[in-house]
Amino acid sequence: MKRLTTVVIALACGIGAVWADTDPIAERRALMKNDGMAAKKMFDMSKGTTPFDLATVQDSLKTLYEGASKSAALFPDDSKTGGGTAALPAIWQNKADFDARFAKFVKDVAAAQAGIVDEASFKKLAPAVFQNCGGCHELYKAKSG
Amino acid sequence: MKRVVLVLALLVVAGAALAWVLSAPKPRYTEAEWQALGLSGDAAAGRLVFFAGGCESCHKSPGQDDPLRLGGGLELKTPFGSFYPPNISSDPADGIGRWRPVDIANAVLSGVSPGGSHLYPAFPYSSYQRMTPQDVVDLIAFLRTLPAVPGRAPANDLAFPFSIRRAVGLWKLFYFDNAGLRPDPGQSAQWNRGRYLVEGPGHCGECHTPRGLLGEMDETRALAGAPLPDGHGKSPSLRSGGFLDWTTADIVEALTSGFTPVGDVLGAGMTAVVRNLAELPESDRQAIAVYLKSLPPLGPPAPAKP
Repeated sequence: MKRLTTVVIALACGIGAVWADTDPIAERRALMKNDGMAAKKMFDMSKGTTPFDLATVQDSLKTLYEGASKSAALFPDDSKTGGGTAALPAIWQNKADFDARFAKFVKDVAAAQAGIVDEASFKKLAPAVFQNCGGCHELYKAKSG
Repeated sequence: MKRVVLVLALLVVAGAALAWVLSAPKPRYTEAEWQALGLSGDAAAGRLVFFAGGCESCHKSPGQDDPLRLGGGLELKTPFGSFYPPNISSDPADGIGRWRPVDIANAVLSGVSPGGSHLYPAFPYSSYQRMTPQDVVDLIAFLRTLPAVPGRAPANDLAFPFSIRRAVGLWKLFYFDNAGLRPDPGQSAQWNRGRYLVEGPGHCGECHTPRGLLGEMDETRALAGAPLPDGHGKSPSLRSGGFLDWTTADIVEALTSGFTPVGDVLGAGMTAVVRNLAELPESDRQAIAVYLKSLPPLGPPAPAKP
């Protein structure tokens, strides 16, 4: 009996560890946080609060591209609640729209990566990237805090 | 025994009659009183009142992006049931095109319809009652310039007893102060402007102030943060301390572009709020920030008494 208990506990720990490794809520939250910080750097530049710097823009866009590409897959059906998620049930009720928005975001970031070569092209292309944030948060992100 | 029944029956009838009298709708103005104010509306100024009041957040026709198509019908989920904000376009049959100015004023300022019945406080007249008559006149002038949108919103779907409209009158007796808002002469014009926008047309407290069992706002915890009515998420505290280290500039930015200091972008209902407030002059967003920063932090709510 003791042995069985040990085995069960060991198994439970193992499953817990595997689950923790692939916790989509924690993962997408971390990605989203990075995305936010990257977007903020570009946003401050577009406002003129910080000076334009092409290398920082390219870095930020790379972060956004990777974050956006990975995030879309991190909303499986079993990740609707828990882990402090701000994701709204509307995501799973409108999954096709949600996925399409992520795809558009990835596309807009890729266009910015290809097209931004100086401050003028940055000012022209950056707003298209930012517009994606609010559009999705309005429908799919709960307020929190 | 017969006598006891008779007395009880009389008490019930008297109680019902009293409730009926007490719950009577009380529009703020008669037609004559409204006329006596002698105000005339300016549509351009009214456009700013419209966006400060966030009218479109609830009354915009769903499924399209034009904030000036006010066909209504967007579902507002609450613990009491679903509200469907009505058509407030200038359509004479389905909208408010035939309402007299005093009818609109009484709806906005006292939650009473032209037919003399109560409007539910899901329409934020608890906050709008603090608006100046001039702002209301300007708003009316602007609403008159907007297109007529045909079609009516679905009827509200409320649980009993909240479905009894007349009962809103009793709610008002307890929770509708109808006191307006007097400027505080000890504070700057900017602070007073911010307070007016936050507590009046901006109706921030409708989401950010916690509510009691009957949906009344707990003014002892004004703007201290509250769960959202649809049960998803929470509106944060707007008082200082709630924003942690947000500066006035951070608040202005968040209300202009939605960007927060950490690069989050305000979502859910705030997206529309930002879209609306971005239409106001920067000085108004500054004033809002200055007022919010002046509110001292509130501690966590007192534990419930055993």
